[in-house]
Amino acid sequence: MTTAHSVTALLVKDLKKTYSGGFEALKGISFEVKSGDFMALLGPNGAGKSTTIGIISSLVNKSAGTISIYGEDIDRNFAAAKMNIGVVPQEFNFNQFEKVGDIVRTQAGYYGIDSKTAAVRTEKYLKLLDLWDKREERSRMLSGGMKRRLMIARALVHEPRLLILDEPTAGVDIELRRSMWTFLKELNQQGTTIILTTHYLEEAEQLCRSIAIIDHGEIIEQSSMKAFLSKLDRETFVLDLGKDIEATPELEGVTAVLVDSHTLEVEVSKQAPLNAIFEKLTALDIPVTSMRNKANRLEELFVSLVERKR
Amino acid sequence: MNWQQQFNAFSTIVRKEIRRFMRIWVQTLIPPAITIALYFVIFGELIGRRIGQIGDYSYMEYIVPGLIMMSVITNSYSNVVSSFFSTKFQRSIEEMLVSPMPNYVVIGGFVLGGVARGIAVGAIVTLLSLFFAHLSVENIWITMSMVVLTAILFSLGGFINAVYAGSFDDISIVPTFVLTPLTYLGGVFYSIKMLPDFWQGVSQVNPIVYMVNGFRYGILGISDISIGFAYGMVITFIVLLYGWAHWLLKYGVGIRS
Repeated sequence: MTTAHSVTALLVKDLKKTYSGGFEALKGISFEVKSGDFMALLGPNGAGKSTTIGIISSLVNKSAGTISIYGEDIDRNFAAAKMNIGVVPQEFNFNQFEKVGDIVRTQAGYYGIDSKTAAVRTEKYLKLLDLWDKREERSRMLSGGMKRRLMIARALVHEPRLLILDEPTAGVDIELRRSMWTFLKELNQQGTTIILTTHYLEEAEQLCRSIAIIDHGEIIEQSSMKAFLSKLDRETFVLDLGKDIEATPELEGVTAVLVDSHTLEVEVSKQAPLNAIFEKLTALDIPVTSMRNKANRLEELFVSLVERKR
Repeated sequence: MNWQQQFNAFSTIVRKEIRRFMRIWVQTLIPPAITIALYFVIFGELIGRRIGQIGDYSYMEYIVPGLIMMSVITNSYSNVVSSFFSTKFQRSIEEMLVSPMPNYVVIGGFVLGGVARGIAVGAIVTLLSLFFAHLSVENIWITMSMVVLTAILFSLGGFINAVYAGSFDDISIVPTFVLTPLTYLGGVFYSIKMLPDFWQGVSQVNPIVYMVNGFRYGILGISDISIGFAYGMVITFIVLLYGWAHWLLKYGVGIRS
């Protein structure tokens, strides 16, 4: 029996891109995204993420390699492959003088959808993204967050099975970002495969089930998010102390650093219980008023992985 | 995409193009009408009276078909060049590039948008010409087909210009340095038989000569060249420019990295 997760949504093989100036942006990357997955494509600036997305969506010519979307090769069966994909680019790329409703309806037309269905879908997705009231406004009048949502509505209007979002929450306030997370989670639960690039690693950790990290045009990691995060064997906590101390306390089996007189950082093994630290601090008459992770777990792994490759 | 889907995509581009030039009608439809009206007054009325007859027609009657054709040429060209370059400039061309539309649908949609504006302006100019000259059409089919073919040809020219253009300056170079001289030297204001033999020969390589004469034949029933040859030349140019435009889009010249 074929399940949603056994079908390949995107297969990228030996993808290479050398720009006309000689810059080798992609050095033969390969990766696979299963249907129904929510994958984070991460990497530092200039790593090759946008080039990869550009090639998949036909905005950039590839130098070598193959891409298939739901089994359709983008070179041999261009139209069938493109029908399955929706793209939300990093930069605003709609006509600033067109009305919001016209932009979405026109995009439906480009996918061969008749005008009646296009009107119905436009209403559906503009309402879903809370833009229906703005349908008669020129797109240049929208706020940054609304423009991002407009690009998502536009990418969904032909109801693609695979949605690629290139930094969709860049420059968006936290409230809107969280509402976008909820929307994307629901979309994924309804069966849409999603690939997300983002610099907010908390976002990737919250939303994605698998991860691919690209650096200097090469895939340096691809696995499930759970398997990837399990590689992190140590964590750093920041403890806010209830009184000022002058020297770093001796804590056996724990690396401690006194940041200032009332802030202590402790690095512990993931397997070690935290109770022991509190017991020792209590014995030294050092009260702890609050505690937090020093950094996001994914961020720690990402930074260590990328730095190790340099 | 099946044929129905391709037709839906094609009509979407055409509607968008017509909506665009109708939205800014003060910039797209009125100025050419004013310019051509001035030609009618200055060249037709004031200077034309002193020139007298060309063949069996007054100078005004002789230049009317050429001026209508001139408005069709410049407007079909400028509609596509400005619209397509604008989609490149604003990056909204990416909306089309990510879609499954075949290249001929994209080219066809923009070209028909250009043809629509060319014919709209041509119709306005034709109505204006009725204030200045008696206009009778000898052959409506030749007249209409020559207008449509000419608008297609120059819409394709505008498309190619827009693909290569990297700035707004680049979209005015061809109209200024190529299109305008060819139009003025294309027999709009005179019969090429009035020229010395050498310049008559040079005029033969000007594609606008064939269009102006073909159209004039449709309206007045007179032409400096064979009407069959005029059709042959116009269709040949259309095929060549379409092939060029298709090649540019296929390889993403000036569009994809």
